[in-house]
Amino acid sequence: MSDECGTTKDVRRHAMNDKLVYLMADLKEKETIALVKELIEEGADPTEILNSARAAMELVGKRFEKEEYFIPDLVLAGEIMRGISEIVKPLLKKEEADIKKGKVLIGTVAGDIHDIGKDIVTFMLDVSGYEVLDLGIDVPVSSFVEKTREFQPRVVGLSGFLTLAFDSMKKTVEALEKAGLRDKVKIMIGGGQIDDEVRKYVRADAFGKDAVAAVNLCRQWIGG
Amino acid sequence: MIMREDAAELCRQREKRVNDAIALRVPDRVPIEVLFGFFPAKYSGMTIEEVMYDPDKLFDAQLKVLLEFQPDMDQSPFAIRFLGPLLEALDFKQLKWPGHGMTADHTYQFVEAEYMTADEYDHFLLDPSDFMVRKYWPRVCGNLKGLEKLAPLHGVITYYFGFNLGIAPFSLPEVAEALAAMQKAGAEAARIAAHNRRYTQKAKEEGFPMQTGAFSQAPFDTLGDFFRGTKGLMLDMYRRPDKVIKACEKLLPIMFETAINATRMSGNPRVFIPIHKGLDGFMSKEQFKRFFWPTLQELMQGLIKEGCNPCPLWEGDCTSRLEIIKDIPAGKACYAFEATDMLKAKEILGDTVCIRGNVPLSILIAGSPQDVKAYCKKLIDTAGRGGGFIMDSATGLDDAKPENVKAMFEFTREYGVY
Repeated sequence: MSDECGTTKDVRRHAMNDKLVYLMADLKEKETIALVKELIEEGADPTEILNSARAAMELVGKRFEKEEYFIPDLVLAGEIMRGISEIVKPLLKKEEADIKKGKVLIGTVAGDIHDIGKDIVTFMLDVSGYEVLDLGIDVPVSSFVEKTREFQPRVVGLSGFLTLAFDSMKKTVEALEKAGLRDKVKIMIGGGQIDDEVRKYVRADAFGKDAVAAVNLCRQWIGG
Repeated sequence: MIMREDAAELCRQREKRVNDAIALRVPDRVPIEVLFGFFPAKYSGMTIEEVMYDPDKLFDAQLKVLLEFQPDMDQSPFAIRFLGPLLEALDFKQLKWPGHGMTADHTYQFVEAEYMTADEYDHFLLDPSDFMVRKYWPRVCGNLKGLEKLAPLHGVITYYFGFNLGIAPFSLPEVAEALAAMQKAGAEAARIAAHNRRYTQKAKEEGFPMQTGAFSQAPFDTLGDFFRGTKGLMLDMYRRPDKVIKACEKLLPIMFETAINATRMSGNPRVFIPIHKGLDGFMSKEQFKRFFWPTLQELMQGLIKEGCNPCPLWEGDCTSRLEIIKDIPAGKACYAFEATDMLKAKEILGDTVCIRGNVPLSILIAGSPQDVKAYCKKLIDTAGRGGGFIMDSATGLDDAKPENVKAMFEFTREYGVY
């Protein structure tokens, strides 16, 4: 009897988690958050909820790649994720919350204070399971070097919107070379004006045109 | 210095060249115009800080590139470069500039934030001026903080109706300080306008008309850039779509009035409209059609009706928008593109609007003069075919290499002859 009940409950919870994936992937903000609260009240496993949310984010990323979704959709998905995390994270055991695939250092280069693109990349890498250290905006060359040494990332992402960022990126890469750190990391660049011409000028390993491209580069370099 | 009558003739020729392109006629050659940005400062070995604070240096630096590169039309730099003293008088928060968060050799940059919160839409919709004076100005100008002490301005109606409560706050010391700051800023703004007239006159005497005589923005961009922030407005499209549309409609007549007033003062019918948030990727096509395009289209149609030429600069890649933005009267507008596919733009818009652009800054900074010429040749051969095209860099020249800029100008003048 109790077994049967348990099975029914499991099936129901399974269905609820599936529902969560689709509601979130369809960007139904209110319904998604309401469902998460309902699941928690019913005693669902917070890790499972977080996994469903990540599965939803993967769908969102795929829809973005297929050009069914655009930047506002990623931003909204990010907000929904934040809402879910706020509810779920306090209930997680520490070690569960901290399993990560690899380290990525990111920042907007010296002289440039634009952060919207970089923030989306940081978020997408984070939900894709990477441990991201975001140095913020207008990051001096020396900070990139110092943090690369300390944090030991596999990938360094340099962001910049303005044309002045080309030279800042170039200087950052040169400084990493000088510090003997260049071989230890892959460097990706991105931002409004960035193309392959700029990548060559900067001597980065790759450029990405959006956040999903950044995630794909990290997958390629780190795995996961 | 050239003779006055020669200058007038040169101005006439250049106006005709550009107007022919806008009217989709074939000019004598492909016109070339650029947004010099802070390139003149760098070209003259000056810092950004110097030209933001010293009007004579800015004047000389801009005139030097004008005379050396000889674009068909110029743009007076004063209103958007000689900003230091005005910004200081206001303690302006929406920009970081040299000495105020930026080093002397870095261009000023916008500080993104939600300067209007999501729950303030109703105040904005009720009375944008009252919202701006009492809420928005105190946030974006540190020295106008005292204005937040004012009572609603629209409540000050007559002697028994609003006078005592509405006018009393003007006696507060914080308000007095704000008004004094405003007066000081007013004097600085008047200085900018005077230098602006002086520069425009000098360029005319040298034979160069101005590209545009007024400025406006798409209502959605104004709402996103200055009030709600990029992220805030993106989320609003899902969370409060009706308010977004209402706010854009509220802003439309304001965007229109600003442009018309300026064209009347300058006598120049061309209106510059930078487009920031409607590009591919920044929203879906459906969102573009619902939130962005209707009020921009109405703004441009209204301007055309008044005899003006809307000149939007479509930043980023707008290739997926071409069919939609084609829907305006033919031969009246000029669309500048940054990263849009120019071949497709010509194909789709060729019989409707003049297109302008789009030598990438990546080539102008990191490429060689040969690379620049090859790109320009491709543009002239395709986008330039049959007129209706103006050569330009993809965006402001700021950090471009002088030899590459020179190659762009020389090649266009030589190869661009029809």
